[in-house]
Amino acid sequence: MALVEGIRNLKEEKPKIRKKMSKREKKEARWGLLFLSPWMIGFIAFYLLPMIASLVFSLYDFNPAVPDEATFIGFANWRRALFEDQEVRKSFIRTIHFTAISLPITLGFALFVALLMNSKRVIGKNLYRTLFYMPTMIPVVAVVLIWSGVLNEQTGWINIFIEKLTGIQATGTEGIRWLANPKLVYYAYTMFGLWGIGNAMIIFLAGLQGVPTELYEAAEIDGANWLTKLTKITLPLITPVIFYQLVLGLIYSLQYFLAPFVLNSGTGFPEGKTRFYMVYFYKQSFTFFNMGYGATLAWLMFIVALIVTIILFGTARYWVYYEAEDLQ
Amino acid sequence: MKEKKSFPTSPVSHEVQEGAKTVAITGMTLAVLFLFLIPMVYGIVTALKTDSQFSKVGAPWYPASEDKFSYQGEEYDLYIVPMDGEEREMALIKKGRQSSMLLDPQNVEAGPFEWEGAWRKLERSWTPNPRWANFVKAWKAIDFPILLRNTVMYAGITTIGAVASASLVAYGFARFHIPGKNILFMLMLSTVILPSAVTLIPTYFVFLQLGWVGTWLPLIVPAFFSWGTNVFLMRQFFMTIPRELDEAAMIDGAGPFRIFISIILPQSVPALTAVALFHFFYSWNDFFGPLIYLAGNPDKFPITVGLTAFNNLYSQSTNLIQAASLISAVIPILVFFFSQRVFMQGVTFTGVEK
Repeated sequence: MALVEGIRNLKEEKPKIRKKMSKREKKEARWGLLFLSPWMIGFIAFYLLPMIASLVFSLYDFNPAVPDEATFIGFANWRRALFEDQEVRKSFIRTIHFTAISLPITLGFALFVALLMNSKRVIGKNLYRTLFYMPTMIPVVAVVLIWSGVLNEQTGWINIFIEKLTGIQATGTEGIRWLANPKLVYYAYTMFGLWGIGNAMIIFLAGLQGVPTELYEAAEIDGANWLTKLTKITLPLITPVIFYQLVLGLIYSLQYFLAPFVLNSGTGFPEGKTRFYMVYFYKQSFTFFNMGYGATLAWLMFIVALIVTIILFGTARYWVYYEAEDLQ
Repeated sequence: MKEKKSFPTSPVSHEVQEGAKTVAITGMTLAVLFLFLIPMVYGIVTALKTDSQFSKVGAPWYPASEDKFSYQGEEYDLYIVPMDGEEREMALIKKGRQSSMLLDPQNVEAGPFEWEGAWRKLERSWTPNPRWANFVKAWKAIDFPILLRNTVMYAGITTIGAVASASLVAYGFARFHIPGKNILFMLMLSTVILPSAVTLIPTYFVFLQLGWVGTWLPLIVPAFFSWGTNVFLMRQFFMTIPRELDEAAMIDGAGPFRIFISIILPQSVPALTAVALFHFFYSWNDFFGPLIYLAGNPDKFPITVGLTAFNNLYSQSTNLIQAASLISAVIPILVFFFSQRVFMQGVTFTGVEK
């Protein structure tokens, strides 16, 4: 959260009056820069220069196998990405569609578990917290494979369970085909994500523990029930945590790649539904080695991520509660 | 406290009510936890199943094998036959459309007898039979020792690099007056939310030119130049160490590097451990980097990429895939159980502390 707050405060930073540095201060600054140097070298070598180079690459038709044949094509890649290549727009819409389903469910579930772990009425919380966290430690590739087994239409336990419980035919080719039905596949992928709630849960929990207990006591005296306490005290006070999770979650979702790649090598099965933006970027860049076009797609993603972040930060003032603001 | 409360109900019934709520909410938590972890149970159970169990109708949910009975040197399948109002296990000796020859394993002396009914409608008799050998099979098929060696090497080396570089940089941010430090710090934080794709292609190209693609170097070297989240966590922790300690050492003539080694680092074991754990789990889980840089070099694959390749080859062997997935999860889970307290503190520290 300090991360978010820091970025938020960046624009408010007032320019300091430049003073002449004393000899001692200069020495200290030199030492400081020496310690910062690994990051500064890394920043220039792995962030700054590659970002600029990526922008330059986007103006070329470029295959890394034959770098000498790279030709300058101006904004042709950009024109293609923005107007001609329908797959760019489609894969982006798919990504947004999936995010709109998975992010609220995942964050909602993480918050729900955090609320349980914060409840004084739950006995043995520490053990449960560890167990709720545990699947986050399993490599995501393994998570995807285990869940795709549970969701298997024939032998998976979820379909067998639904069939036993409701009597509706859920198994078999006529049944619920979680990973093959274009209407269900995003929900199936969302379920994989539930096994990664650990960090979100812990951060929500820390946020919940930061809510002053006096507020609850005061509300209880006024006769508030749990729902009122949740919506009037808890949720407003943890909006900074929700905001933090939302920013990171959205940026992460834009780059969603692993599950479709592991399950169908990026074919987009079923009906292209899982050909997300990052999958398309990977295909263009590392299957077809269209790296000029790939760089364009990457920059486009960066611009979208930037706009999304700016919009989110812009909305923050209307719904995110910061204690410090009250003090002013 | 109790005297102050002025509930209309008697204190006893109030306590009962509270107790009931506690039981109900704990029960709900347990139910959610149970559903949450069911796939884990599925994975274990499925990993232990025999191959034939997947295609057979009426196979039980637990690992089991079909019972057989040998009679006069021949193997016969055992079926569950309803007889005289009870279900009994019978060996099917001769199959017939209208009637079949059965043998009672409990009473072999009586010999086979004729049974009126359609044998196809009968269910097979299964006995629990976990196939632990599946784990051995998966271990060998996936060539786990090589994957493990690669992953441990990769995770180990990058963890050392990440901890060493992050602590140096964090020390710089936490303790020195540097012109423009705030802007540098914000730049560093903003790299955390920068989509990696935007730097990927030129970086890949440079590594290709250097001849590093196909080796671990593109994955290892950047870790030595510190990552935003790690530095952030470390810097927040260093800020909590009282400056008086530094100043005392400075009066004794210690230079900045000496203060870092002998004052800051020994005080920061929890933060160092948290960063080490974060990075260890990160690299254990890393997929995209190895996928791109190690394509076509299976002998260098870490577990994640190896597991994906295995899944593509053995997609029909559900049991082996589950076994291999579980094998890949064992070490991170064990490390987590032994380190969870420090680890979760670290998560909180990056997320919430100011």
